[in-house]
Amino acid sequence: MRRVNQITVNGTLRQIDAEGSRSLLSILRDDLELTGTKYGCGEGECGACTVLLDGQPVRSCITPVSAAAAKPIVTIEDIHHPVQDAFLETGALQCGYCTSGMIVAAVALLNKTPHPTRQEIVRHMNGNICRCGTYLRIVEAIQKAAQAHA
Amino acid sequence: MLDQLDRRDFMSLFGSGLLVAFSSKAQESGIARRMPPGIPQDVDSWLHVGEDGVVTVYTGKTEIGQNIRTSLTQAVSEELRCPAGSISLIMADTGLTPFDMGTFGSRTTPTMAPQLRRAAATARDTLLDLAAEKWKAGRDRLSIADGKITCADGGQSIGFGALTKGQKLAKTINRDLAVARPIGQSVPKLFGRDIVTGIHKYTPDLVRPGMWHGRVLRPPAFGATLVSLEPHNLPGVTIVRDGDFVGVAAPDAQSAANALRQLKAEWKRTQQPSGAMLYEDLKKTASPGEGPSSGSIEQGLASADVKLHATYTVAYIAHAPLEPRAALAEWDNGALTVWTGTQRPFGVRPELAEAFKIPEDRVRVIVPDFGSAYGGKHSGECAIEAARLARAAAKPVKLVWSREEEFTWGYFRPAGVIEVSSGARRDGTLTAWDFHNYNSGPSGIQGLYEIPHQRNIFHPADAPLRQGSYRGLAATANHFARESHIDELARELAIDPLAFRLKNLTDARLRAVLQAAADRFGWGSMKGNAKGIGMACGFEKGGYIATCAQVAVENGRIRILRVVEAFECGAIVNPDHLRNQIQGAISMAIGGALFEQMRFDNGQILNGRFSLYRVPRFSDMPEIDVVLVDRPDLPSAGAGETPIVGLAPAVANAVYDFNGTRLRGLPLTASG
Repeated sequence: MRRVNQITVNGTLRQIDAEGSRSLLSILRDDLELTGTKYGCGEGECGACTVLLDGQPVRSCITPVSAAAAKPIVTIEDIHHPVQDAFLETGALQCGYCTSGMIVAAVALLNKTPHPTRQEIVRHMNGNICRCGTYLRIVEAIQKAAQAHA
Repeated sequence: MLDQLDRRDFMSLFGSGLLVAFSSKAQESGIARRMPPGIPQDVDSWLHVGEDGVVTVYTGKTEIGQNIRTSLTQAVSEELRCPAGSISLIMADTGLTPFDMGTFGSRTTPTMAPQLRRAAATARDTLLDLAAEKWKAGRDRLSIADGKITCADGGQSIGFGALTKGQKLAKTINRDLAVARPIGQSVPKLFGRDIVTGIHKYTPDLVRPGMWHGRVLRPPAFGATLVSLEPHNLPGVTIVRDGDFVGVAAPDAQSAANALRQLKAEWKRTQQPSGAMLYEDLKKTASPGEGPSSGSIEQGLASADVKLHATYTVAYIAHAPLEPRAALAEWDNGALTVWTGTQRPFGVRPELAEAFKIPEDRVRVIVPDFGSAYGGKHSGECAIEAARLARAAAKPVKLVWSREEEFTWGYFRPAGVIEVSSGARRDGTLTAWDFHNYNSGPSGIQGLYEIPHQRNIFHPADAPLRQGSYRGLAATANHFARESHIDELARELAIDPLAFRLKNLTDARLRAVLQAAADRFGWGSMKGNAKGIGMACGFEKGGYIATCAQVAVENGRIRILRVVEAFECGAIVNPDHLRNQIQGAISMAIGGALFEQMRFDNGQILNGRFSLYRVPRFSDMPEIDVVLVDRPDLPSAGAGETPIVGLAPAVANAVYDFNGTRLRGLPLTASG
C-alpha cells in the first residue's frame, strides 16, 4: 500500500510518513500526539475514537489513514462548541474516557441537525459507549446545546 | 525520580513550634516524599499550606469517575474554610501520598473524607493559634473563612499562606476536634473542562522522553505453555521471552505491532474448563462454607403454610472499562516508576517489587485519573509487563492492552448458583429462609427480613475463570436471588409484593427507601392497572436501596421502560454527583441484567469484543427517576456500588408481572 506523507488536521497540514493502511487513530495518537482521541475497541464499536472527516463523524480506529489523506480532519483538540459547556453543566461525564468521542459525535449531529429530536439523538449516538452510564445526561446535554443555539 | 529528599526537617524557631521548615521544591517538582509507615498521624502527611496559599492535600485514593476528587476537595474546603479552587488534591502516588489499601468497597466517603476532615480541622486549629500569637489576640476574637483569618479587634486579616510562609504544620492530627457533616453542595466536577476539551492525560496518553511502545504475545488459551519461539531477534526491536511471557518493545507503536506479527510461537495447550457445565461445576466443587444462621430451618419450614424452593444463576461478566489496562514503566538506576490506572497503587507496588526482586521503596506507582475500573483494576499485571519490557529495552515503555486483551486477561465478576428454600404462613409471615450461594461471594448475603429460622451460607467453589472484584461484588447476585424469591413467595401467597416486604421488614431506613420508591413510582395506583411492574430492595456497604421497574416484553425482547430508585446513604455530600452515580449504576446494571455474559470454552474467551459482548447503549435507556433520601443526621456512606444491586431483581419481577414467566438466571432472556 502506498505511503501517506501529509494529512490536514485541525486546519494544519501535518507531515507524516506512514503506511496507508495504518489507522487514522494511530497516526493521530502516536505520530502527532493528539491524544484526546481515544482507543476503546479497535473495531469501530465504541465510538471513543470518533473524529470529523470532511465534517462527517468517523471511527478513526477503522479508518485507514489513506482514506483520510485528502480530507480535513477535526479532532477534539479543535472542537469549540457549546455542547462542551452543556456536558459540564449537566454533569454528562464520569470517568470521561468516552467524552471526546461523545462530543465529536454530538457536534456532527448538531451541525447537521441543529434541533434534533430525542429519537434522532439516540439513533445518532447509539454507536458510542459510555460504560459509566451517563447516557441520559448526554442526551440532556445535547438537547441543552441545541436549545442554546435557538 | 526516587531520590531521597534532603528535607532539613528541624523545628523552626518561628512562632511557637507549630511550624517546621519545609523544602518546597519537593512538592512542586513531584519528587517523592518520605512518608511515615502505616496511616500517618501528622497533618503534614495529608495537607500542606503553601506560601502562595495553595493547600496541597494528599490521598492514596484514585479518581475513576466516581468524582471523589471533587468530594474530598469539598470536605477539606468545608473544614479548612478555604475555596475549593485553592486546594490541589494529589491522589494515588505512592511517592507522595500516604499509604492506602485501595479505592474499593465504597470506603472513600466513610473513611477517607473524615480522615481529611480531621487533618483539615487540625490545620485550621493550628492556623488560628498562629494568628492569635501573631496578633497577641484571643482565639475567640478570630474568625476563619475564605482562606483567611480575620481579627475582630483590629480588623487585621491574613491569608493562610502569609501566615505559614510555606512551612509545615508540625501537629499530630487531633482526633478530638469536632468535624462537620457535609454541607451537601453540588460542586461541579473538578477538571471537567480538561476532559471535554480532550487535554486530560489518561495513562495511554502519556509520553516520556525516549519512550518505546510494548506489545505482548498472548497464548491461544488459558493455561497454555510456550514450547518454542521464532525469531529470537528482530532489528531495532527488543524481544523478551521469560518463561511463558513473550513481549516486544519498539520505538513506535506500529513497529511493535509489526514485530508482534512476525513472532511465531508454538504453545502447548491443556484441557481447560468450558462454560457449558459452569453451574453444575460450581455446585460440584463447592465447599461447605459458612455464614450467619439462626434458629432451625426444619422448624421454620414445619411451621410454614407455603414452601418454595428455587435455584438462581448469575453469569460471569466483564468490567469492560472503556480505558483498557495500560502502564508506562521507566527504570532509573534500578529504581522503577510506573504510571498505571489501578485502584490499588499500594497493592501494585509490592507486586512490582516482588516481580523484580527489588525493595518496595525502589518502586513508585503513579495513578493518573483514569478511564474507570468498576472493581476490575485491582491488580498489576499490565504494570509488570510494561516494567519487564522497559527493563529489557532500557527505555521507558508504554503498554496499552487491546480490547481483546482487556476482555480476556483481566478477571471477571464471579458467576454463581444460588439455591433458596423458604417458608411462609398464609398471612405473609416469613418463617424459614435457607439461602446458599455457590461461588459468587458473601457480599450482601446477610438477611434483610425478620425471619426466625434462617441460614445464609456462602460456599466457595473451584472457579473456572480468573475472578475478582466488581462494582457491588456479590451483592448483585445475592439481591437478585433474594428479591426474586421474595417476589415468588408474594405471588404464591397472593399478597402485594410491597405489602409482603413491609410486613417482614423492621429496619426503618430500609422501609423508608422502599416506601419512597413505591410512592414516586405510583406503585399503589399502578398495581392491577399497569402491566409489567416489579420491585426490589436491599442494603449493602451502608447504603439502603429500593428499585421499581416497569417492563414490556416484545418479540422475545425485554424492554425496560421506567425505573425509579430510592437511595439513602446518610448525609448527602454532593447531591448531583450522588444522583449521577445512581443513574450510572442503574444504566450499567442493565447490561448484567439483560445482555452481559462471558462465553468460554476450553480456556478460550469466545466473545471478548464489543461486537460480540453487548453492553448497554443509548437505545437501552429507560426513563430513570432517582429519589435521594437525605439523612443529614447520619454519617455519609459510599454510593458508587450499592445502587447497582436493585435493578436486576426488579426487572425479573416485572417480567413475571408482564407475562407470568419467572426468569431465574442473569442475564435475563425472555425465553428463560
